[in-house]
Amino acid sequence: MVPRGVAARWRRAATAPGKGQGSLGGREEAAAGRESHAACLSPAGQPLGILDGIPIAVKDNFNTAGIETTCASNMLKGYISPYNATVVQKLLDQGAVLLGKTNLDEFAMGSGSTDGVFGPVRNPWSYSKQYKEKSVPKSHSEDKESNWVITGGSSGGSAAAVSSFTCFAALGSDTGGSTRNPAAHCGVVGLKPTYGLISRHGLIPLVNSMDVPGILTRCVDDAAVLLGSLAGHDPKDSTTIQDDFKPFELPNLTDVSKLSIGIPKEYHAPGLSSEILALWSKAADLFRKAGAKVVEVSLPHTRYSIVCYHVLCTAEVASNMARFDGLEYGHRSDMKDSTESMYAATRREGFNDVVRGRILSGNYFLLKQNYEKYFVKAQKVRRLIANDFVKVFRSGVDILLTPTTLSDAAPYTEFIQEDNRTRSAQDDILTQAANMAGLPAINVPTALSERGLPVGLQFIGRSFQEKQLLTVAKWFEKQVQFPMIQLEEVKKHDSDVFHHQKSASLS
Amino acid sequence: AGRGRRRASGLTGVVVRPHSSRSAHLAPWVPVVGLEIHAQISSNSKLFSGSQVQFAAPPNSLVSFFDASLPGTLPVLNRRCVEAAVMTGLALNCSINKKSLFDRKHYFYADLPAGYQITQQRVPIAVNGSLSYSLCIDNKMSQMVTKTVRIKQIQLEQDSGKSLHDDTRSQTLVDLNRAGVGLMEVVMEPDMCCGEEAAAAVRELQLILQTLGSSQAVMAEGQLRVDANVSVHHPGEPYGVRTEVKNINSMRFLAKAIDYEIQRQIEELENGGTILNETRAFDSKLGCTVPMRDKEGQQDYRFMPEPNLPPLILYDAKSLPANMNHQQVINIDWIHERLPDLPSVKRKKLVEQYGILPEHSFTLLNEDGLAEFFESVVKQTQMKPKKVIGWILKDLLSYLKQHSLTVKESPVSSFLLADLLNLLEKKEISSTAAKQVLAELWKGEGKTPLEIVKEQKLELLQDQKELEQICQAVIDGHENEVMAIKAGNPKVLNKLIGLVQKKTQGRSNPVLVKQLLEKKLSG
Repeated sequence: MVPRGVAARWRRAATAPGKGQGSLGGREEAAAGRESHAACLSPAGQPLGILDGIPIAVKDNFNTAGIETTCASNMLKGYISPYNATVVQKLLDQGAVLLGKTNLDEFAMGSGSTDGVFGPVRNPWSYSKQYKEKSVPKSHSEDKESNWVITGGSSGGSAAAVSSFTCFAALGSDTGGSTRNPAAHCGVVGLKPTYGLISRHGLIPLVNSMDVPGILTRCVDDAAVLLGSLAGHDPKDSTTIQDDFKPFELPNLTDVSKLSIGIPKEYHAPGLSSEILALWSKAADLFRKAGAKVVEVSLPHTRYSIVCYHVLCTAEVASNMARFDGLEYGHRSDMKDSTESMYAATRREGFNDVVRGRILSGNYFLLKQNYEKYFVKAQKVRRLIANDFVKVFRSGVDILLTPTTLSDAAPYTEFIQEDNRTRSAQDDILTQAANMAGLPAINVPTALSERGLPVGLQFIGRSFQEKQLLTVAKWFEKQVQFPMIQLEEVKKHDSDVFHHQKSASLS
Repeated sequence: AGRGRRRASGLTGVVVRPHSSRSAHLAPWVPVVGLEIHAQISSNSKLFSGSQVQFAAPPNSLVSFFDASLPGTLPVLNRRCVEAAVMTGLALNCSINKKSLFDRKHYFYADLPAGYQITQQRVPIAVNGSLSYSLCIDNKMSQMVTKTVRIKQIQLEQDSGKSLHDDTRSQTLVDLNRAGVGLMEVVMEPDMCCGEEAAAAVRELQLILQTLGSSQAVMAEGQLRVDANVSVHHPGEPYGVRTEVKNINSMRFLAKAIDYEIQRQIEELENGGTILNETRAFDSKLGCTVPMRDKEGQQDYRFMPEPNLPPLILYDAKSLPANMNHQQVINIDWIHERLPDLPSVKRKKLVEQYGILPEHSFTLLNEDGLAEFFESVVKQTQMKPKKVIGWILKDLLSYLKQHSLTVKESPVSSFLLADLLNLLEKKEISSTAAKQVLAELWKGEGKTPLEIVKEQKLELLQDQKELEQICQAVIDGHENEVMAIKAGNPKVLNKLIGLVQKKTQGRSNPVLVKQLLEKKLSG
């Protein structure tokens, strides 16, 4: 594809009344500056790299030198990082254009992208023809405007930006499903790579032992291209693999008969919508009919995963958030009675209820008298969960096929009825086991729900077997032919462009 | 009460008897002292970041993004620090853990930017070692005993920054230059029982660290910091409640602080009081320990594994993977083979090789570079080492001490001193003259001993006739003394020898003078 001109199209798309609010306000200008800079660097066909001129958005929990990095929190409002996250630097080195920083739940704690200080992210599909035609307002008193649905989270801004054609790809982060969940709700590909494959240096942590940078794109091939640009050892992150990563192109799989697809029975979780259940079995049939072996498998410890995740997550959150004391950077309260009172006031003013709640729980679990009972136990359960996967893969299963979410995206007004803790527990249920085990997983948009909203399925692969995982995902993507979003207010000219682009992917 | 009559056996050390007859216990109190020592690792960069390590640099000039805990930064372990800890562990007879782990220890303090310190709480890098040290009994150098303290563990951890409290403007200033510098925490079991023992053990540790080069261990620069755990109890009873004494910043204060604290606890208990499990600071001006303000009451450090650092894996010759890049692995055996001679070994060698007294070997090692200076002089002179040591310890060392100089700063090099001693040994000058030459050499004017001897005419009278004439003149001028000698009082001869020396301005060989005088008087 020709990168030149892409940014111009992007600007039209972004100013179109899609109301995606994928990008945080004010950040586009800086990005636009970058874009012209990138154009200067590559005159007369001297591309910087494979991503030359490609507009990419980055979740606002990755450090970007000279550009505000906020984590959608009062704590870091106005914080300008002096350095680039390794992944951001790699994108820039490859010639990518940093379009903007995308909205999220505060410090990535949430599953709706509704709990950030800049307000909720709206799902572009709320404004699609597909949704508007099928959704009926519950009552006449409710105006149509209040019907908009959430993106899922916490990388909702990134998913919305890709889904609304604001950019070709976006970086998210994935700790318990934060990339795959919004990808599913926004109808885009969301890849969570194996833990240790991509550097976390510069990613503001949620749970260090589970965080991975996530990749959001419109097709599986694009995800492979991004992965190739980002993966590999980073001397600044001691948890990355030692070996270099060889970028790969995905083959067009024609024969799936040698594949063994596992269907974990524990993923028939309570609350799974019948619609998604049906879609899941249809997908399994698709593989079966194409000659693949489809087997039911068991991951017996899955049901302990969410509570175990809660303990480990909050404990690390309590620890990671300790640095936000108002001394070196970020928000500092005016309270001057003592250093301690300044700390307390700073943290009260800087963090929202969700963050403060997790810090409190985490510190409780880490207390000397509770440590064995909660933290150590949760670590043991985590090992059991990881072993479940090892056993299944050892039994000959290549890839696991599961739903990504329990249902399609909820309307905002409905979503906020439950508190963040309950919602996260429900929404992460199908995704966070892969984080516990460090395995690669991908959401592939599969179909539209009865309400005209995207639904995705998840593939989970073996550690560091991204190529196999993506190859299967690509085959599946081709079979299901997920429909294009039709943004109703976008002029015909632009939607033609979009249709054209869908086939002309990054690779 | 009979139970308490037992006395602690001699070597477990100081036994303090109760002062007060009111005490229910008539048994003596036995003090118990354990130490936690923080030694700053001598390394170009910090434990987990690339910032430089340097003492007294401008505030906040050595701070990386990681040291300031900027969000998103990650620790990267410094290989040099690991090697220093392995060396130290081996030197202290520890077993080195081939797999050790890092943990976070949480507390809020202005000079701890991340809100936690990365340390090794669960599995430290080295465990179960021992340290032998010697100390003299009743301050007599000739009566030395050797004792051993068990080393519980050595752990790698980060240093904190420094807080400066400006009370007048009620503000705290923070300097992060020290934040993240690598520390080895050496935990010594409570095997000591007085300040002197603790000081001797720390001194020996300091020498070992300096010999290894794993720490410069200069207390005045905060590279070696000692916290003491002190308690007292009656023999046969469980340990008493202990206090932790901090802020000890010199070897001299270490012994003082511990002894003060022991005495304080005994007096407190004798008077019917109780000891609180508290942290106390040593006030060097007042010479006593005072309770430190405890900010958060009982601290719960909420330890947690450090998720950003994989386990620290070390190898030995057996476990070393065949095709592993040697730059990437640390081989314990390789380090072991390259350990320098430790102070105890060096002392033994000095005693065996040169026939000097054991206590002299201690003095030689106590000053940085002195043993090397001694050996260098010995190599360059014909004088026997047993005689050389006197010049080193009595003349060189006392001069250096008097002028607060290190051995390296000595105006007299080993070459010059050897030169001088050779003149003495070849009987070209007397020892009195040698001292005069040395006094001249201290001025550091670049003259050789021989030049000074010539200038000041200090060479021994080689002219036998001249010396005979002087002897004769002395005999002739002192009839009374001659009478006394002839009457059978040989001691008076010494007076005559002295007079000859005086006349020759110390340029005569006393042995020769004696022979000449005796010959003349018996004639």
